[in-house]
Amino acid sequence: MLDASRGPLHPLAAATLTGALDAAWADPSRRHAPGRRSRSLLDTTRSVLAGAMGVRPDDLSLHAGAEEALVTGLTGLTHARRRVGTVVVATAVERSVVLLRAGDAEPVPVDRLGRVDVDAFAAAVAGPGVAAAVVSTGNAEVGTTQPVEDLAALCRDAGVPLLVDATASLGRSPLPAVGDVVVADAASFGGPPLGLLAVRPGVRWGLPAPRLEAEHGRAPAAPWVPLALAAAEAWRQGEAAADDDASAARDLVDRVRTAASRVPDVEVVGDPADRLPHVVTFSVLFADGEVLLDELAGHGLAVASGSACTSSALRPSHVLAAMGVLTHGNVRVTLPLASVSPDRERDVDRLCTALPEVVAAVRARLGTDAL
Amino acid sequence: MSDAGHGAPPLLDARGTRCPVPVIRAARACRDLDDGATLVLLADDEAARSDVPAWARMRGHGLTVEDEDGWTRYTVLVGGGSPD
Repeated sequence: MLDASRGPLHPLAAATLTGALDAAWADPSRRHAPGRRSRSLLDTTRSVLAGAMGVRPDDLSLHAGAEEALVTGLTGLTHARRRVGTVVVATAVERSVVLLRAGDAEPVPVDRLGRVDVDAFAAAVAGPGVAAAVVSTGNAEVGTTQPVEDLAALCRDAGVPLLVDATASLGRSPLPAVGDVVVADAASFGGPPLGLLAVRPGVRWGLPAPRLEAEHGRAPAAPWVPLALAAAEAWRQGEAAADDDASAARDLVDRVRTAASRVPDVEVVGDPADRLPHVVTFSVLFADGEVLLDELAGHGLAVASGSACTSSALRPSHVLAAMGVLTHGNVRVTLPLASVSPDRERDVDRLCTALPEVVAAVRARLGTDAL
Repeated sequence: MSDAGHGAPPLLDARGTRCPVPVIRAARACRDLDDGATLVLLADDEAARSDVPAWARMRGHGLTVEDEDGWTRYTVLVGGGSPD
């Protein structure tokens, strides 16, 4: 299993989820005894997850998913600043859900490694009518990290609030203590998909009417408490081992990078050093992403792809396109935590071993082996 | 096909094909061309907009990209780029 972008759950988080079905099924807004029990468990959970993000429990809301948390967090910033303007400054490698809400403004370009052009970002946030800026700590598709602290300083100088998207990085690499709004996803550290939205105190933030009832007025409904408990348990289990896990993952990613770069005409994508420890991507010239994935699946290897032919919209990954790298023949590995998938090292080694023959087989089938 | 200086350069119309076909067809055509020759590729696949420049860069070909109405004209100068 080399596609941990969503799950599987840490085994103890899964056990917590099962146990919580009896203990925490009730709506935490109810006044009866089961409801109060759910409320109390949810409060504990919120403390744990707030600690994970370095914020106060009162500043954290839980959402149905990372996308909802991102949209809500950004909407709260832009709505509060609607009299200043409507421009959202985002890098070209932000998640689609963010770019779709960034309006007509051209996203800030990135270089071939996927790193934002800092001068262009500085110029963009200093421009007229900017409501908010968005930057991800590290890219979920290619792993490249961004100089978030520097970008936060530029935003501060320009008086523009910043949303930091840590949905790919929380629990995998240390979270910089910047950003007026911070969004994360429990799925990145072995929990269930659960959106975490932190709005720091004093930040001008507010949603348009009507007022939402749950989660400090930020969500239409209270979270399902068993999921929140599972997320907190995944964090507790992973926290102590996070540094060791990241360092082991980094070694495994290096193995994949080395093996892929030895195959002729394979371009390893993303920054080799300044990157998330658990994400690695490469593109195979003259190969079809869909066929590559099927061939790897035949070897029992579950990986993802940013190639157009593997997406329902038949569009290539906007991240790969913005970087100016090959979008076809793309293979993306997102390593699970070792505690979630004890076989990950074996799977990485199997991928490295199988890759040359898989690529050769796909090219032979397409008649592109002699190009 | 090596007399690039005389007459029109070879034209490859890959419109209507999807990735990785346009790049593969361009690569096949370039295999028969000498350095300094040019090849014109027409494609309307969205992925080609990224992949033709990436392939030209990896192969050390020069490239000019012109967007037309709903498709793109890629003029490849064989061996005329600076490889990575």
